Amino acid sequence: MVTGASGAELAILLVDARRGIQVQTRRHAFICAMLGIRHVVLAVNKIDLLSYSQTVFETIKSEFAAFSGHFNFHSITAIPLSARYGDNVAAHSAHMPWYHGTTLLGHLENIETGVDLIAAPFRMAVQWVNRPNLDFRGFSGTIASGIVRPGDRLTVAASGAGSTVTRIVTMDGDRPEAIAGDAVTLVLADEIDASRGDVFAAPTDLPDVGEQFTADLVWMSDTPLLPGRAYLFRVGTRTVSGSVTKLKYKVDINNFDHIAADDLGLNEIGHANISLSAAVAFDAYDDNRRTGSFIIIDRVSNATLAAGMIRHGLRRATNVHRQILTVDRAARQKINGHKPAILWFTGLSGSGKSTIANIVEARLAGRGAHTYMLDGDNIRHGLNRDLGFTDADRVENIRRVAEVAKLFADAGLIVLVSFISPFRAERQMARELVEAGQFYEVFVDTPIELCRQRDPKGLYKKADAGKIANFTGISSPYEPPANPEFWVETSDKTPEEAANIVVDGLNALFY
Amino acid sequence: MLDLPRPREWFKPDPVKHILHHSSYRRTHLRQLEDESIEIIREVAAEFRNPVMLYSIGKDSAVMLHLAMKAFYPSIPPFPLMHIDTTWKFREMIAFRDATAKRLGLKLLTYTNEEGVAAGINPFDYGASTYTGIMKTDALKAALNKYGFDAAFGGARRDEEKSRAKERIFSFRTANHGWDPKAQRPELWRLFNTRIAPGESIRVFPLSNWTEADIWQYIEQENIPIVPLYYAAVRPVVERNGQLIMVDDDRFKFLPGEVVQQKMVRFRTLGCYPLTAAVESDADTLGKIVDEMLAARTSERSGRLIDHDESGAMEKKKREGYF
Repeated sequence: MVTGASGAELAILLVDARRGIQVQTRRHAFICAMLGIRHVVLAVNKIDLLSYSQTVFETIKSEFAAFSGHFNFHSITAIPLSARYGDNVAAHSAHMPWYHGTTLLGHLENIETGVDLIAAPFRMAVQWVNRPNLDFRGFSGTIASGIVRPGDRLTVAASGAGSTVTRIVTMDGDRPEAIAGDAVTLVLADEIDASRGDVFAAPTDLPDVGEQFTADLVWMSDTPLLPGRAYLFRVGTRTVSGSVTKLKYKVDINNFDHIAADDLGLNEIGHANISLSAAVAFDAYDDNRRTGSFIIIDRVSNATLAAGMIRHGLRRATNVHRQILTVDRAARQKINGHKPAILWFTGLSGSGKSTIANIVEARLAGRGAHTYMLDGDNIRHGLNRDLGFTDADRVENIRRVAEVAKLFADAGLIVLVSFISPFRAERQMARELVEAGQFYEVFVDTPIELCRQRDPKGLYKKADAGKIANFTGISSPYEPPANPEFWVETSDKTPEEAANIVVDGLNALFY
Repeated sequence: MLDLPRPREWFKPDPVKHILHHSSYRRTHLRQLEDESIEIIREVAAEFRNPVMLYSIGKDSAVMLHLAMKAFYPSIPPFPLMHIDTTWKFREMIAFRDATAKRLGLKLLTYTNEEGVAAGINPFDYGASTYTGIMKTDALKAALNKYGFDAAFGGARRDEEKSRAKERIFSFRTANHGWDPKAQRPELWRLFNTRIAPGESIRVFPLSNWTEADIWQYIEQENIPIVPLYYAAVRPVVERNGQLIMVDDDRFKFLPGEVVQQKMVRFRTLGCYPLTAAVESDADTLGKIVDEMLAARTSERSGRLIDHDESGAMEKKKREGYF
């Protein structure tokens, strides 16, 4: 229903006259309103079974009006119907002389939709830069809203660069104007820097540009939303990474109540704060369905997880400017005599991560390297002691560790991180925090039977007895890396041999 | 409540909106369809490494190609056309194909399953399903693999057949070109999820929302060249199982008692000539074709023998990699 509603301008809500307004009707009206459908038809069907009663029709009509008053529908058209006999479908019914309104088909053929976007300020996301030769440079895209004519000024929302439209090019000839919905190619007077992902906008009425906003989400996947997890967000023609920083509440679709929630499951609707890794141009969804909508994509499976509707921008990031550092990374590298790096050890509990990481650290220190070890257990006793072992907490745990590791790497150190870190998406997020080439994933590959046999902390015994919930490899999944920099199989090696594989592969870090 | 839309000027008279009721701001349904298809075609060119347009020479391909020319004008489409040639297409189709690629200055790739040809696979001696599987589906998969295409445009429409009604605009395929109707991605607004893993690919159907009537009206409006077989003319046909099959060349295998008749016929859809039935018609202009089509009560694909070979035939073929 959400998929269909996202593209619709009008919805017909079908009500059985014998049953009246149902929970389902309320639910559907709510989703239509949330998805920005502004015109609804309340089709009261099977009125023939109730002797074409005007009283029944009026009761249903006022009951609908009572709960949908704040839904901001521009038009609610109630029509009494008999779909079976065709009353008021295509032709007016002789059985209902009391009804003077339109027929269903008559209404659908005459209603004006789509004018809102034409009246809205000009927006066009650049889809494709059109350069057939050195003499022509055009920006192809579909006009999201407003009207454009040659001579109009426009602004690239993110950079603030401006220019004037000189031509609106189509294969059928240049156009004197183009309106919302038209797929065109714009030629500008100046050689401004713009490419796919940029949004052209009316200079007098610009969209928001920012990394953070609040949004309503409709979750469409069996895998629940985890706040903090890194996802991809597609906004207009841009795709950027980001995460849901805070799920403020979910909505009980039956009575529209707000419920506190830690995650969002299939078909659930929630309201959340979103934080992206780069600024994007956007409008509130209520003002513009095309520039105020986004989808969330899973980084690993590439599945579409959710539909999002932006409610408003969050300004708090704008006053926090990054410090420009005078002692920079290159200077620190020179002092240290080696490049910084993050060695990310991942593997099951008892696989030997910490043992191997300790030997690697000792060897690196022996070569004069500045190192620091972040270990799962000691971090959990301090920085992360507020976190448990649910999926959501595991994601937040790794996010904090990755940020701390990044700070140490910025300080010029070789950081050794030893965490189970079971999810690919989080390890990928950690990798993307630092420059390419600085992140080394070390997969300590030990079969679970061997880990269980070793069981240095007695954890498997407890987990097998059901005394530990969410234990990786038993009651919680482990997603092995697909392409780690180091793949260390331990079943046939001593810890020293395993550590040598890593140390020997790190020569490039030293001058 | 969610932060519901704040009350705005909707219920007040709005001078801007009042002006917009002028008829020049109404977009005809053909213009809406055209713009939607152009947006889809551009999206593929922008997001994929190595796209291709499957060109089957028929009326839908003609419209799709015309839209691609519009999408990138004044550039030409940044991808080649590819035709899977079973060697049993109507001769007029092949001539039209070559002339079209030449006229538009586009690169045309053709691919034939040569092993199938060598093994003598033909539509007379093999069932439609076996023949199509080898000469079309297998050939298509081999061709996509050979060139490493990660996105392929097809001209299929949702109104053609019921398994196609389930199809998305961006249809996700596994590394061996399998289609799982349950594993398709929801399509919200025009925000298409174009991400795939190495080896996977996407079939893209920019005409998904068009109907047969839209196609013909658009061909008429835009004056798009089509294969002459769509127009009624006197042609040599034989009647087989109640269907009229055209004798296009001397490879035609007659069954006992079959005689060639000269009849005024045309084709609603074009494929391999022994598997594509003609309809009796005197529609020899686009206007007459549109009138005839608007009055028709049968699917255009009812003339496609392949669709009736076994039950659920089309969905099965799609799962195996057929377009």
